[in-house]
Amino acid sequence: MSLDKHGIAKRIAQEVQEGYYVNLGIGIPTLVANYIPEGMNVVLQSENGLLGMGPFPTEEEVDPDLINAGKQTVTTLPGSALFSSAESFAMIRGEHVHLTILGAMEVSERGDIANWKIPGKMVKGMGGAMDLVASAKNIIVAMQHTSKDGQSKLLKNCSLPITGLQCVKKIVTDLAVLEVTAEGFRLLERAPGVTVEQIQAATEGKLIVEGEIPEITV
Amino acid sequence: MINKVVQDAASACQDIPDGATLMLGGFGLCGIPENSIQEILRKGIKNLTCISNNAGVDDFGIGLMLQQRQVKKMISSYVGENAEFERQLLSGELEVELIPQGTLAERIRAGGAGIPAFFTPAGYGTEVGEGKESRAFHGKMYLMETWLKADFALVKAWKGDTAGNLIYKGTARNFNPMMATAGRITIAEVEELVPEGELDPNQIHTPGIYVQRIFQGKDYEKRIEQRTVRQAEPASS
Repeated sequence: MSLDKHGIAKRIAQEVQEGYYVNLGIGIPTLVANYIPEGMNVVLQSENGLLGMGPFPTEEEVDPDLINAGKQTVTTLPGSALFSSAESFAMIRGEHVHLTILGAMEVSERGDIANWKIPGKMVKGMGGAMDLVASAKNIIVAMQHTSKDGQSKLLKNCSLPITGLQCVKKIVTDLAVLEVTAEGFRLLERAPGVTVEQIQAATEGKLIVEGEIPEITV
Repeated sequence: MINKVVQDAASACQDIPDGATLMLGGFGLCGIPENSIQEILRKGIKNLTCISNNAGVDDFGIGLMLQQRQVKKMISSYVGENAEFERQLLSGELEVELIPQGTLAERIRAGGAGIPAFFTPAGYGTEVGEGKESRAFHGKMYLMETWLKADFALVKAWKGDTAGNLIYKGTARNFNPMMATAGRITIAEVEELVPEGELDPNQIHTPGIYVQRIFQGKDYEKRIEQRTVRQAEPASS
């Protein structure tokens, strides 16, 4: 059975380690925050100028001057810090953020990512995605393995406009966990009940399968 | 100290001409200069080039200026919340330059700090890099990006004093501090204007040297784009 978006978020949460500063993108990546183990010291960075992002506020705590990069109302935590957008991207560009988790429309076997523009559709802008992927030390992508009509999104070459080159390190999809290597996508784990053959069929880029591939446990 | 106070948004914005290049602070609708935007709407200033991370929503912020066709060009990183924006863009009425958010912030910072260009990895290998100089440093490729400046920077702060010193609140800080430095004329509107001496010099975010005009703002709506809440924990018995 393939993973739903919560399953993908839970699996990615296993990649988060004690002491990490983490930037979470919009969509499935935002859900990862819900599955970070209780008691683990992890600081969430929101690129509009907040380190130490807390949970959504209660109705009484809502403050229009305190939002995250998705424009959702949030809270601070003991130890939080607030700063400007220039300072925020200094943290990102300067590689002070340990882990970036974001969504993608396509990833290539070299780790190129496309997630900001579909030709012919309204272009909303890249926001902070290009800055994040160009500088993050460790990028994990949360995505669906194929499009709704079954086309692979793990490709030899991205067909959509690129957000960044050779930057993705790991991918968690509804079907599998993969590592981007110099040789291609290395299959690390498969979703419960999903076969290597099914993953192979859903992957256009080069898939490397070595030995027994364990099932994802979440 | 030099007194930077003007009466209101009307006096602060009185000499903004048609065709001006403006910077407008804010991230989404958080920390936007609501009073100055209202004044620009009232005066109907046209052919504006607006540098702002976002373009408001259909019925608030810069979105209102778009409704009145006052904007010739937007320079932003993300403009996804605005249907009128989309219509004008597709019909060719509006020119748009999209810039990675960190590059936008740094270009504005550079403009205020007298740094004409810098190198950043963001956008290398993408269409953002087309036509730009690129260079390798320590084995990694970077793009050259140039400074941004404006005729008028319109910023919003929480507190300010008569000398133009500013303190921001929460994530309403965002682009405001850099924009304050990069305007030929910087107009600051504040929720609370106090006499000099009342703000702790240790806590100032924007020193008054960058601010030419400051006024006491009024009637802040502070609209929330995504009101997300959690249930309050039941009180322990």
